Amino acid sequence: MKAEEYSTRTLDWEGWKVKLTSYRLGDTFHCTADNVEPGAWLARTTGPTREEAEKQALERARQLLSRTRRFPVE
Amino acid sequence: MADYKHPEVLVSTDWVANNVNNAAVRVVEVDVDTKAYDESHAPGAIGWAWNTQLCDTVRRDIIPKADFELLMASSGIANDTTVVLYGDNNNWFAAWAFWQLKIYGHREVRLMNGGRKKWLAEGRELSKEVPAVTTVGYKASPPDFSIRAYLKQVQDKTSAGQVDLVDVRSGPEFTGEILAPPGLPETCQRGGHIPGARNIPWAQACGEDGAFKSADDLKTLYANAGISGNRPIIAYCRIGERSSHTWFVLTYLLGYSNVTNYDGSWTEWGNLVGAPVEKGAAAAAG
Repeated sequence: MKAEEYSTRTLDWEGWKVKLTSYRLGDTFHCTADNVEPGAWLARTTGPTREEAEKQALERARQLLSRTRRFPVE
Repeated sequence: MADYKHPEVLVSTDWVANNVNNAAVRVVEVDVDTKAYDESHAPGAIGWAWNTQLCDTVRRDIIPKADFELLMASSGIANDTTVVLYGDNNNWFAAWAFWQLKIYGHREVRLMNGGRKKWLAEGRELSKEVPAVTTVGYKASPPDFSIRAYLKQVQDKTSAGQVDLVDVRSGPEFTGEILAPPGLPETCQRGGHIPGARNIPWAQACGEDGAFKSADDLKTLYANAGISGNRPIIAYCRIGERSSHTWFVLTYLLGYSNVTNYDGSWTEWGNLVGAPVEKGAAAAAG
């Protein structure tokens, strides 16, 4: 078994840069969503297609990122 | 890897692929997301959960010595086994494990350069199988805390100007704009950084593939922020795992002596009553 159709892309999501990494293991697509800075894992999902796995990862990332508060810095 | 001061602490993905059946080697995946190992891992690798197996699960501390010995023994790791660590998030928690193995005196420890990310991206063989492990005997050394910084040491050395502090968190965490990495739980009451710290995010030590930059590039990276290894260095982050990654870089790839990891990090400092806090960008390197 190997990770096939491996791809990454970065997008703006809920006001933050998010990196999606997706690949296929057998019949299942796996996706992880990381915040680009600092590069921490946010969500890990699976789906029958890349689109479905990514959709779930982005939804989970949205839930988490929406809780992040920004404070003014002088 | 020849340019590094201690290249022997790094192995390539190729090396791991060629040593999966080497009885003298134990490959261990250490992830922040402990489901990652279950999904797939390098063939023959066992998995460690950092949050239950590499910590004291009652008080906030590293794994106690007796528990460490049990972990190593039950992982089939003898005192002379070469342990190769890798994981997600570019080896954050693999480096955390590396640091603790060094605290307890394990001699032969390596990081797989590039971690899980590089292994996957290269399309290398993966397995879901958890290997059968035979328990062996293991005796840890007394803990060597010379590579660990405690709060009191950080307070004393910073107030005396005797140390270079490296804050390896992201820019917005350093300035105080946010209290935790985006999407992660806030674990402190105040944002900002320890006065005098330089901000050199951990990720700047790695390339796009997750592997470490060259020794020359690393040296320049830290020197540009005023960190040249001629003074003691304390690295910190939020909970001590990213800073163990930077501790590894400074200690083994650049060969700087007297580098410590302040694993109390911002979760400790940012909750202290009355502790000095600096917000905004760092002053220019002196």
